[in-house]
Amino acid sequence: MTGQQLVVVGAGHAAGQLVASLAQEKFTGSVTLVGDEPYLPYQRPPLSKKFLAGELALDRLYLKPAAFYEKFGTRLLLGRRVERIDRPAHRVVLDDGSSLDYTTLVIATGSRARTLSLPGAELPGIVSLRSITDVEAIRARFPAGRSLAVVGGGYIGLELAAVAVKLGLAVTVLEAAPRLMMRGVGPVVSSFYERLHREEGVAIHTGVAVKGFEGDRRVERVVCEGLQVPADLVVAGVGALPNVELAQAAGLATTNGIDVDARCRTGDPAIYAIGDCTNQHHPLLDRRLRLESVHNALEQGRMAAAAICNLPAPPDQVPWFWSDQYDVKLQTAGLSDRHDQAIIRGRPDEGRSFAVFYLSDGVLVACDAMNRAAEFMMSKILVGARARVDAAKLADERVAVKDCRS
Amino acid sequence: MAKITFETTDGQEHTIDIANGLSIMEGAVRNMVPGIDADCGGTCSCATCMVYVPPEWAGKLPPKKSDEEAMIEFCPLHNETSRLSCQIDVTDEMDGLRLKVPESQR
Repeated sequence: MTGQQLVVVGAGHAAGQLVASLAQEKFTGSVTLVGDEPYLPYQRPPLSKKFLAGELALDRLYLKPAAFYEKFGTRLLLGRRVERIDRPAHRVVLDDGSSLDYTTLVIATGSRARTLSLPGAELPGIVSLRSITDVEAIRARFPAGRSLAVVGGGYIGLELAAVAVKLGLAVTVLEAAPRLMMRGVGPVVSSFYERLHREEGVAIHTGVAVKGFEGDRRVERVVCEGLQVPADLVVAGVGALPNVELAQAAGLATTNGIDVDARCRTGDPAIYAIGDCTNQHHPLLDRRLRLESVHNALEQGRMAAAAICNLPAPPDQVPWFWSDQYDVKLQTAGLSDRHDQAIIRGRPDEGRSFAVFYLSDGVLVACDAMNRAAEFMMSKILVGARARVDAAKLADERVAVKDCRS
Repeated sequence: MAKITFETTDGQEHTIDIANGLSIMEGAVRNMVPGIDADCGGTCSCATCMVYVPPEWAGKLPPKKSDEEAMIEFCPLHNETSRLSCQIDVTDEMDGLRLKVPESQR
């Protein structure tokens, strides 16, 4: 390991975990982290939750304090951008024209918010929620009584809506799809969240096409088909795009993300890629996919660190996700998109606690758990074991989930 | 502020100062205590920050909520002294607390 010069492009969750894992494995090479934001690697999930609500100070977002990087000898180049990878020379070129030589390069460029290409989308007051800087801009326009329109009823948009309505804003969510969080959860769960947000005072419109934005000097309303929504602030939460351009320009293969192998290596043996920007075969799901999640970023950071240190790969894990909205914690284990049977435990139509289990050919493939930590944890184990389960028992509250194998 | 000691699975002891208001997990993560991963950042969602609390300290810590209880039940190697360190915010009264990190977390 001695003499390795490791350069990491990106300083998000995956990059932060990579450095932490390298430190833990006592990596002896040099590590340089280049990040285009002016902050130490930080956690993004609280941005749309506690940080937005003002309940969490900035320094509590950081994955590790500055002292950690100092102690481990990590060189941090923050507020800087890598412009180009020169693979034959094993060198990256930065935006100020300087360059860094590497023996190993890790691409951890993450993803960026998809933006709206609609008439008026360039008006001031229309923003995304992806970074600390974004949240600071949103909070500056957040006094009670103002109106907020959220374009996109996904996790981030709905978490934002939950915080905003609690702070006294008039909140409208506009979703183009027929139901909320369509990409992540099943229909029963979408209906539950629609009820939850209505109960809390958020106006929810699904199946609406946003046509554009109008306003004098800044945005004043969102124009939809058959509907106008007043808005002092518009936040677009319409998904993310992987930052693959740097890898593509360097000739690395991409298919909705940078193609990597089981140990996060790209086609170039000196270059790894980790986090939201990658596309990897998942052994438990048995398919290639690009995951946008904290868990994936952490896992791939650990995977790459183990590979770089010539250690065995960490064990395969079931993907999981979470979302906090009001007093409801959603925890999802696995991916439900390919299920052929959905089993409900508890009452989705009243109260705030139930779970949905997703089966494919009698095998548990996923679970959405609302305030049901036990169901979530057990499902994670069963999905990882590709367990066959008994649908009738899963639906029966009296049977513990661990006893639902068939 | 409290001085809290973690005994990790490699037989090492890590004694660190944690400021009031931070969780025990945050203190451990900031100080690189091995085995306290806290993948979810402290939202009681991942159960990767479990510690064992000695019985004489159990009553001096804030009680477990139901979600913490449920998560712990599925941690490998949990027992009746298990807590999730992200669910305990530090106070002066916790000075001298000694915690063990389970064998399953390293």
